[in-house]
Formats: sequence, structure tokens, C-alpha cells
Amino acid sequence: MTSSVSVASDSSSVNDKIPRLQLRNISKSFGGVHALQHVDFEVYDGEVVALVGDNGAGKSTLIKTISGAYVPDEGETLLDGQPVSISSPQDSTRLGIETVYQDLALCDNLDVVANLWLGREAYRDLVPGVLRVLDETEMERQTIDVLKVLDVKIPSVRSAVASLSGGQRQCIAVAKTILRQPKVVLLDEPTAALGVAQTRQVLNLILRLKERGLAVVVISHNLHDVFEVADRVIVMRLGRRDSTFDTRSSSREQVVAAITGATSGAAA
Amino acid sequence: MKSLNRDAPHESQDNSGSQGQDEQGNALVHQPTAAAPRAKFNLRSLMQGDLGFIPVILTLALITIYFQLTTSGVFLEARNLSNLTQQIVTIGILSIAAVLVLLLGEIDLSLAAVAQACAAIMATVSVYQGWNPWLAMLAGLLAGALIGLVNGFFIAVLRVPSFIVTLAGSIAYSGLLLVVMGRQTTLVVRDPVIRSLAPTYLNPVLGWGIPLVCLGLYALGVWYERRRRSQAGLSVRHSSQTALQLVGAAAVTIILIFLFESYQGVPQAVMIALGLVLLFWVVLRKTPFGRHLYAVGGNAEAARRAGIGVVRMKITVFMLASTLAALAGIMMTSRSTAVATQISSTLLLNAIAAAVIGGVSLFGGRGSVWAVVLGALVIGSLDNGLDLLNQDQSVKNIVQGAVLLLAVTADAVVRRTGLRGR
Repeated sequence: MTSSVSVASDSSSVNDKIPRLQLRNISKSFGGVHALQHVDFEVYDGEVVALVGDNGAGKSTLIKTISGAYVPDEGETLLDGQPVSISSPQDSTRLGIETVYQDLALCDNLDVVANLWLGREAYRDLVPGVLRVLDETEMERQTIDVLKVLDVKIPSVRSAVASLSGGQRQCIAVAKTILRQPKVVLLDEPTAALGVAQTRQVLNLILRLKERGLAVVVISHNLHDVFEVADRVIVMRLGRRDSTFDTRSSSREQVVAAITGATSGAAA
Repeated sequence: MKSLNRDAPHESQDNSGSQGQDEQGNALVHQPTAAAPRAKFNLRSLMQGDLGFIPVILTLALITIYFQLTTSGVFLEARNLSNLTQQIVTIGILSIAAVLVLLLGEIDLSLAAVAQACAAIMATVSVYQGWNPWLAMLAGLLAGALIGLVNGFFIAVLRVPSFIVTLAGSIAYSGLLLVVMGRQTTLVVRDPVIRSLAPTYLNPVLGWGIPLVCLGLYALGVWYERRRRSQAGLSVRHSSQTALQLVGAAAVTIILIFLFESYQGVPQAVMIALGLVLLFWVVLRKTPFGRHLYAVGGNAEAARRAGIGVVRMKITVFMLASTLAALAGIMMTSRSTAVATQISSTLLLNAIAAAVIGGVSLFGGRGSVWAVVLGALVIGSLDNGLDLLNQDQSVKNIVQGAVLLLAVTADAVVRRTGLRGR
């Protein structure tokens, strides 16, 4: 079985640079199941890479390896060309890799500001060492700024997250990671279960992240969405990296063929 | 008593489900973003939001009017109101503990047993060991903290449902109570310091001074926050609204103190209980700890991912709750001057009921500690009013049960409609 055959290597301007994040020869097994076998992966600054593939192809395992939820059995991870070790979610966060999970990690009972700043609230020492109070003004001001930059529209930053639409909630989940000023953002099925307008909203947000020079990795089943935002599409198949497509020079049919195994990459 | 002016209308209403934010006080000023659609007037959102307390206040008003008419004016006499507020101090403090645990989405069924067991420990070391009264009370409080640590360990670390842990705990701690008490069924406390804790009335200087200082600090805080917001370019509430808010708080406070002073003064026990409510209001609404507590109650997994120590938070809350329960037990002992081996059957349920009647959700993450004041007043008024009417315990039980059921039903209905709004 051939693997890692780059169908579209004409994106030379990108390939000359050092990838922001690179994985080399990653393998991961769960018992007898080889979830990932010698997978290479790379994403550059200001680029959106889509990870596609059938169920069980290894997309989620790969993302979880990057985010530190899984530790790979072998292989190495490089950030800006430097080898790094990611053995826990805290490690990846510290290195500037943020993951937005499928199941939204928001507290419904809190408002947008509180959710965005959860766990790292701005505060002032009212009585130093004794009473530390939340700096709501500062948090609200910065929340409005961030949402304006990302062009996320919500009724009020003081509305409870429970009252927002699915797309708005997804945007808040993404904005939450942006506040930490990451280098790499991983999104797991960001448009799953969203309506047309809401999907539009989230895709715009992904493009905005790219504009800001972030390296963005998106897992998606929806090829329409993928072709709309991604620069490169990496097809995973049976735990291997099957092929890579440049969205400007390839068609959806080619990608579908690679996903289903009809072409196994090289034939295209 | 700031909660009573929560009905001040807001400049802009959010769509729904913002009950968790309704006690932000001055910090809760909506920021209409550029494309903010003006939210329609919507009764449901009002019920869940800033006017969430209105049904309870209306209920309280109805109860008051009914008893005022049927007792031919005795109910609202200064003497009776003074008694009523002192009667609900124990329930109130216990209810603060219940609120903390409920906000976490857990329950503590051992509160009443812990209160009595810790009170017994305090009484024993005071009576038989001759300990200094303050040291004896400290021993009671520490025993409470230790019990909370045990509860919290089983719930947070071993992940046993809190319902089971605290149910088992309530049985075990009532056994501990019997061990501590030995063969006696009641132990009379003779120490004057412990005995004077609850029944004392503050002198007018303190009775007026403490609330007025608190009021002043509150006004200062509102004014300061408002200035910072306008400096940061954020929307601020209309100045007349802010004024209304402050005048309302001041009016309620001053009327209350006049009432108390026209009888024997502000009861020390009431001042302690209200002070605790105020303290926990600040902690829950204004500090990172409080924010994290609401977050864990709303979505523990999200809180964990945000780097909040969920296990530590749960243990801390159960320790706080049991310590507060111990304090409630001490106040109860001070009022009745004795500890009994018999644990009041209604105490625990009334404490949890007060929280729920005041709008604290049984499902975690929603509600304010001011619920305690309103809920305890509702329960206390029913108890007190039915006593004035010479009603039997049977009637009191039925009425209180019905009110509790109504409150929980309201909670469930509001929660359901809130979820539908998504």
C-alpha cells in the first residue's frame, strides 16, 4: 500500500518554509489495533489543513496525539523545527496548541465573558492576599475586542451561553482558545450539527484565524466545507496518511476516491 | 437586603436563561454589540433573569397579608418580626451550606446531623472539659470541617454519589452524636458566652453602624464599577436606575433596622446570618473562586478543561458546607441553651427547601445565595404564622410540604423552558 504520496506538490511557496507543527513517523496502537501507522503530518502558519477520512481512519487519534490526549508509541513531534515532547493536554497548551472539541466545552449557566475567561480570569487584589475580585470591566472590554476581531456576532456578551445558537456557541468555543494566543488551533468537526447560516459563521471564523497567521487543522466529514476553507486536504485511510490534495488544483471527486480507497492516492 | 430591589428593570434583556447571572449587581450591565438585535419583551426570560425573585417575593407578600389579616395585626408587629427572624437563623445558616452544595450540582443530606453532632462536641468540651467558650466553638467548627473533608473525599476522589455519601453520613453522624452525648438525652450548656451568642440584641450604635457601613461600601463599589466601565467605554446603566438600586437597598435596610430598634434592637444572630449571606454573595459573585464554583456546577468537564481543579473545588465546598452546618448547630444550641440527641426531622429538609424556594436549582450552577433570605423567610413565616393561629403540627407539615413541592416544580419548569430556548 502506498502512502504519503503528495498529489499536489505545486504549493511550493508553502513547502519551502519550516512547518509550524510537524509530526514524523507517528505510530499508535490500542492493543492489537493499529490506529496510526507511520504517519507524517505538517501544518504551516497561515494555512488551513483539513484532515478527512472515513470513520476509523485515524483522524481523531492523530488530533488527540497532537493535543496530548494520547502519547504516540513512536515518532517525533517538532514545533518550529524543534523537537518537543507532548505527553499531556497541559503540555500542548503550554506549547501554544489549542484544541476545540466536538462536544462543546462551555458552561451553559455562565455568560459569554465568563466562559471566555474561565480558568484564567482577570482579577484585582482588593485586599492584597485576602480578597481578590474579578475584574469584570477588563474582561468584558477584551471580550468585545476579540469578538469584533473575529467578527462573531452575538446579542450581548452578557447573555448566558445557553441562550445562544449552535453556531454562536461554536464561535465562542473557538474565541475562547484564541484568547490564549495559540500558534496552532485544532478543530474537531466544527460544523457538525450546524445549520447553513451557522456553518457559514464558523467557516468565516476559520478563515479569520488563517488571516491572523495561525496554523489551523480541521477535522471534517463535510467536503463542501473543507473545500471552502482548507488550503490542503490530507486524506487518512486505515491508520495511514493516504494522500494530500491542494484544494486549488484538485476536485472533490478525487478526494472522495481517496477516502473510499478507490484510487489510493497515487493513481490520481 | 439588596436582593429585594432586583426587580429594577434592565436596560436590555438577554434572550433567556441568565438566571445564573442575575446577582452580578452592578457588573451586570448589558453591552449591546454593534448588531445586537433588541430583545423582545418576554415574560419567560424575565422569570429566568433579573425578575427571577419576583414569584418568591409575591408568595411572601401573600403569606404576609394572609397572616396579617387572620392574626388581626399581630404578625407584622415588631416583636413578632423580631422573633420570626431569630427563629430562622439556624435554617438560614444551614441553607447557605445547602446553596453552596446545590450550586455544585450535588446534595448534602448530612447537614442537620453534622450541625447537631458538632454542637454536641462543643457542648461536651465546654461542660465537661471546661474549655474556654471560644475554643469550644472552634472545636465544633473544626469537627465540622473534618466531617466535610471526609464527605468531600468520598464524593470527589472516590466519586461516590453525594446523595449516598451524605445519606450514609447523616446516619453515621447521628451515631457520633449519641457517642458524644453518652447516656444523656439533653446536655445543658452553662457557659455565658455560648448562651449569649444568639439571644443578644446589639446596641443601637452597632445595630445602625454595621449595616450603614455595609451600605456605604456597597454604594462605593457600585459607583466605582460604574466609573471604570464608562472609562473603558462600556455601556452603563442609566444613572436613575443605579440610583433606584441604591435607594432601594438603603430603604429596605433602614426600614428593617427601625423595626428592630422599635422592639429590642437588632438581634445579634440575625446580624451574623445576614453577614454570612453578604460574605458568600461577595465570594460567589465577585471572586474567581465563586466563578469556578458556578462553572463546575454548570459543566464539570468544561471546568476541568479550563484548568479548574474540580476535585479540590468539591472537597472545599463540602468542607465549607459542613463548617457552616457546625455554626448553625452552635447558634441553635445557643438559642435553646441545650443540645439534644434527637435531631429535628424537618431541619434538613427545610434548609434545602429554603434554597430551592429562593430559586437555587437542584441541578447545579443556577441560583444566588440571596435565595436563602427569601426561602427562609417563606418557611419561617409559614411556621410562625401557623403557630400564631394555633395550628397543629400536622397542618404545618402539610402546608410546608406543599410549598416545597411548588417551588421544586417551578424550578423544573423554568429549567425545561430555559433549555428549549437553545
